[in-house]
Amino acid sequence: MDAHASVGHAELEIPYNVHPRPDTGVYNAKLGVWLFLASEVMLFGALFSSLILLRTGAESWPRGYEFLNVKLATFNTFILILSSVTVVMAWSHLRLGNLKKGRIYISATVLCALIFLTAKAFEYSHEFHEHRFPKTNNFLAIYFTMTGLHGLHILGGVIVFLYFLGPGAKMWLHEAERYTNRIEVVGLYWHFVDLVWIFLFPILYLM
Amino acid sequence: MTDPAAAVEAGVDVHEHAGVGDPNAHHHSPEQIRAEMRVYLAVFAGLGVLTAVTVGAFYALRSFPVRTAIIVALIIASIKGFLVAGFFMHLLSEKKVIYGILILTVIFFIFLMTLPFGHHANPFGS
Amino acid sequence: MGLRRQIRVGSQWMYADEAHRALREALRVMDDEQAGHGHHQSFIRRYVFSTDHKWIGIQYGFTALCFLLLGFCLMILMRLQLGWPGQPFGVMKLLGELRAPGGILLPEAYNQLGAMHGTIMIFLGIVPLAVGAFGNYLVPLQIGAPDMAFPKLNMVSYWCYLPGGLIMLASFFAPGGTAQSGWTSYPPLSVIASQGQTWWLVGMVFLITSSLLGSVNFIVTIIQLRAKGLSYMRFPFFVHAQFVTSFLLLLAFPPLEAAAVLQLMDRVAGTSFFLPSGLVVSGTALTNAGGGNPLLWQHLFWFLAHPEVYVLILPAMGIVAEIIANGTRKPLWGYKSMVFATVFLGFMSFVVWAHHMFLTGMGTTISAFFQTTTMIISIPSVIILSSLFISLWGGSIRFTTPMMFALAFLPMFGIGGLTGLPLGLAAADIHLHDTYYVIGHFHYVVAPGTIFAMFAGIYYWFPKATGRKLNEFWGRVHFWISFVCINGIFFPMFAQGLAGVSRRLYDGGMQYQHAKQIASQTNPFMSICAIGLLVAQVPFIFNFFYNAIAAAFGNRDEGLGSNPWEATTMEWAATTSPPLAHGNFEVLPVVYRGPYEYSVPGSAVDFIPQHQAETAEPAPRGGVLLPTTAVAMREN
Repeated sequence: MDAHASVGHAELEIPYNVHPRPDTGVYNAKLGVWLFLASEVMLFGALFSSLILLRTGAESWPRGYEFLNVKLATFNTFILILSSVTVVMAWSHLRLGNLKKGRIYISATVLCALIFLTAKAFEYSHEFHEHRFPKTNNFLAIYFTMTGLHGLHILGGVIVFLYFLGPGAKMWLHEAERYTNRIEVVGLYWHFVDLVWIFLFPILYLM
Repeated sequence: MTDPAAAVEAGVDVHEHAGVGDPNAHHHSPEQIRAEMRVYLAVFAGLGVLTAVTVGAFYALRSFPVRTAIIVALIIASIKGFLVAGFFMHLLSEKKVIYGILILTVIFFIFLMTLPFGHHANPFGS
Repeated sequence: MGLRRQIRVGSQWMYADEAHRALREALRVMDDEQAGHGHHQSFIRRYVFSTDHKWIGIQYGFTALCFLLLGFCLMILMRLQLGWPGQPFGVMKLLGELRAPGGILLPEAYNQLGAMHGTIMIFLGIVPLAVGAFGNYLVPLQIGAPDMAFPKLNMVSYWCYLPGGLIMLASFFAPGGTAQSGWTSYPPLSVIASQGQTWWLVGMVFLITSSLLGSVNFIVTIIQLRAKGLSYMRFPFFVHAQFVTSFLLLLAFPPLEAAAVLQLMDRVAGTSFFLPSGLVVSGTALTNAGGGNPLLWQHLFWFLAHPEVYVLILPAMGIVAEIIANGTRKPLWGYKSMVFATVFLGFMSFVVWAHHMFLTGMGTTISAFFQTTTMIISIPSVIILSSLFISLWGGSIRFTTPMMFALAFLPMFGIGGLTGLPLGLAAADIHLHDTYYVIGHFHYVVAPGTIFAMFAGIYYWFPKATGRKLNEFWGRVHFWISFVCINGIFFPMFAQGLAGVSRRLYDGGMQYQHAKQIASQTNPFMSICAIGLLVAQVPFIFNFFYNAIAAAFGNRDEGLGSNPWEATTMEWAATTSPPLAHGNFEVLPVVYRGPYEYSVPGSAVDFIPQHQAETAEPAPRGGVLLPTTAVAMREN
């Protein structure tokens, strides 16, 4: 039994919670998050598929770049990519045993996410101001639905990161490896959210 | 497992990091981790350049048919996606079980993507 | 089995069954002591927000059974109306004056009952019972795991399911009543329907979230927490079924979640994803932008809902396979081909969805593609069913109540499956689509098929969860009346459908010349059978609650032992009944053999548990015995 088994007193020790299972080579949470991401692929896939079906079936289709703010979206793309790299840097520093640097990088990620959301809010309010609503046409409908859902994913990530910066960081004292794993896992989720945006950006703004 | 002697920086918490070595775990040496960090920064630079290329290609291709612009944009996005998944999500060195799940997902994702094509390709009476 | 083995406990020799009893007593005392020493979990942590997979399984099971009964009662109201259209019934007054003035059901209310019957039965009844209850309770025990991989996620999964269900129920009180566009919620009708549809969509988002969390948990548990030596081909068939089911839930549900979000946008934000241009409702043109496509919903919906059919049937097949192997005292015939058939079935279920849409204006090429895949997918189902049938051959069958239900599953599912073939062929489907034939087909699969398998599972694993057996006599009564009545309800549907009676008719077809005769001849009989089926559940409900309450007060059937069915799989053989509250096993078992080593030639007993090392040694009756080190380990 691991030394930290006693920490959670009544809590049950689940095998391969921290260390990889020898024959699969992964620990539970890593497999879990990849499965979750697989379902997310299907969720966003269905939305992309709907977009294609609606667009190919439409007589005319508005072009995003004619009225959306391409410059701001490009900036946001950079910001999200930056936030992805800060997560892997945080994870690497945690693996080196450096909590302090890890935390700094996680904070940077949260900051990037908040900048992204602020820019997005600015974009939304601009559209509303110009009387462009989801109900205006199907392009705007899918634009608001997909970016909105993506924004919710960003928000979810921010909440998780804040938890790991604050109360969740206590785990480092007793179970440093488990904490590092958690950052890896939330990082995988975060990169996926970045990945979705990498496709959303050209499809909604440039096509 | 991290070698405690290598963790010399201030504020480094080494306790708990010694021992419990698992030969199957993907624990890298500090040098390897530092090398990985350099790769991450290089990938970051690559992604930044590709984002610029996406926007540049978009302005350059404005006089071309929409089809061309879409194909070019999707190719660039796919390269960026590969970089993120391959390096940041370290899929290039992942375990078989995860590849298995992702291959399955990709197959079903393709089914999902054929849905609009199937819908429009062959309407009744054609 | 008159054999009484002796084993050594510490320095002393004891009879195995005595030592076993002593060990259980010791464990109970230790549990009590722990309870007195600060390890006591509060009532809420233990019984409400429990993280123990066994208790969560029981929570799921109880909730799902309540929903099944509710869904069934809604159907009884519909059957009253169908059997005797326009007649007043006192019981209808329960629905209120708005829906049934003077006890006569209104057409809108009939639609609501129909939509909610389907939704409740599928999403709130069978899936949570098959996956949430049986899967949760049994999978960790069968693979020798102390719990699910993510116990807290498991708890969250239940606590997404329950609010989802409550939102669905609350929608009955929404202005304009609950959803009334069928369980399929086809737009544009569902988009312009009253507010209840919005509640339905929100409820669905909760239920989908619950399923997703559950499926991630199952897959990780099965891959990561398998006992040592438990390779994939040593899984009990039930585990394979749950494994494939989890993948279906994981990858097929998200498109429906996307579709639900889009429909929610259509209803709340005024978008037109599913609304075509120029739609006129009750004489007024809709102001929506238009340009949407109602068929988009059907594609996304059936992309989920066809795999969902296999989510309903695979766990049932798993349960039946376990019980048939045990009841025939034989290994399953063709275990390997059953496993590969299950995997292939799961895979193919993603490429058949458009056979629900042959009449939506698809061209012949696409129709031909989906007809072909549909015919292909019938092959693995036939392999599984045939293997189960052949497994009976030459067995000395123990006709217990669970075995009766499992045996009834075979022909009932057979009828349901075979009547599906004409529906999978576009030419035949033109005539049969949306008739009572379809209703008969899928109800044969799900009601006397899946639900009978669920009953079989409840009778079979009740001793596992409680330490008591359900009464056999009342089990028989429950079985035979149910079996006769359920066929009385569904078999005439085929005749009705072939005569061209459409589904979802408020009066069962009395207004149509071509349907009038057969409707008036069959509908009252079917409705009487439905009431008979309701009556048949009374002995079951009493049997269930009498024994469950007795077990809750600690009245266990001491003579029963831990392995009353003399089974080989680990949930019976490697732990006590009921299992330890914490961690399931005294020591995590190691697996040495396949799941169904019954009647092994040359063996002294007719079953060898999976975790038993030596072939020649018979297993002690009344559960495996553990050395004193097990007690020591509990103290750690």
